[in-house]
Amino acid sequence: MAQIFHARANTIIRICLALLLIVPAGTVAAWMVVMRSDYVTGRNETVTQPVMFSHRHHTAEIGIDCRYCHSSVEDSAFAGIPPTETCMTCHSQLFTEADMLAPVRQSWVSGTRLNWNRVHDLPDYVYFNHSVHLAGGVACTTCHGAVGEMRLTRQVAPLTMEWCLSCHRAPGKNLSPRATLYDPFPTEGKSAEEGHALLAEYGIDTSGLTDCSACHR
Amino acid sequence: MTRVLFLCILALAACKQDMVDQAKDKAYSASSVWDDGASARPFVAGTVARGDLARMAAVQQPPEVDAALLARGQERYGIFCAPCHGLTGRGDGRVVQRGFPAPPDYLSDRLRAAPAEHFMEVIANGYGVMFPYGARVAPRDRWAIVAYIRALQLADGEVTRGHPARDAVPVGGGR
Repeated sequence: MAQIFHARANTIIRICLALLLIVPAGTVAAWMVVMRSDYVTGRNETVTQPVMFSHRHHTAEIGIDCRYCHSSVEDSAFAGIPPTETCMTCHSQLFTEADMLAPVRQSWVSGTRLNWNRVHDLPDYVYFNHSVHLAGGVACTTCHGAVGEMRLTRQVAPLTMEWCLSCHRAPGKNLSPRATLYDPFPTEGKSAEEGHALLAEYGIDTSGLTDCSACHR
Repeated sequence: MTRVLFLCILALAACKQDMVDQAKDKAYSASSVWDDGASARPFVAGTVARGDLARMAAVQQPPEVDAALLARGQERYGIFCAPCHGLTGRGDGRVVQRGFPAPPDYLSDRLRAAPAEHFMEVIANGYGVMFPYGARVAPRDRWAIVAYIRALQLADGEVTRGHPARDAVPVGGGR
């Protein structure tokens, strides 16, 4: 009687058994890499805007405070996107002929709003609050990066839950002194002691920071 | 078998991303319901917002001037006024240096003699080419700024050019 299985059958079945483990594990691993990639998180993506607004020019070069335009950032969940009136406060007099600002003037004259495109888009089940982060000593640049260097605004943080939690688990080293909260450049490297001191200064209770309900409702 | 099938269906369900973009309106959400495409609606004429009466009363009633109010005034002045009026109130802020018409000098005799209500009025409603700041600066903060302007007027008005106090230093320094 002839052999049912070829001599190589042993090898093939071994490879198949190995693939049975490798393929699912590899799929999961690949999925995890893809979900953390810039393509999915939107990190470093420069979103097209109706006006080529430069944060670098307005903050680092002219020295306008973040709160001049994002005026509700200290009191509200939303930092506030300035109305056209805020742009026109200066641009009724400056660069009045610039082509770049034509959409702003058009918006001012016609009363239709400028439709800025969102750069930082969190999932709808995350209830992020700007004011509570500032009251807790998280500087603008801690999440938004060196805004003072950005000619066009982009998302610097991955905004994954893993990233949020990395700070919620150990916030100390991510806090900034009150005087530098609104600087357009991040302050470099804080020591663990400084972090502890800042936690105490801002009176942060770290016990509830990783509760589900801290961010989700 | 049923159990395996159920697990497969559960695994598929976990891939749904519906909850990421929920059918609800949040701040600045776009909406197809209204013609202008925005979910935020303009106020109906004559709307009285919560806290409006308190805000109106706060305009009439100057708060007690203490160190905390002055510190608040200094901070708000730095945010909203210094870009044009300059850190010492001379009217030489960064935006003026870039071509905006220079505002009057706070240290001038006319503005030293001006009543506090004049500054309150100008902050709220604007003056000349200055836009109104009433929507951006709350009444109590307006009073704080006025107190700080008074402090600037009391401070040494003859600070020479090149003195650190006159530098309209951009936040973040000269990087």
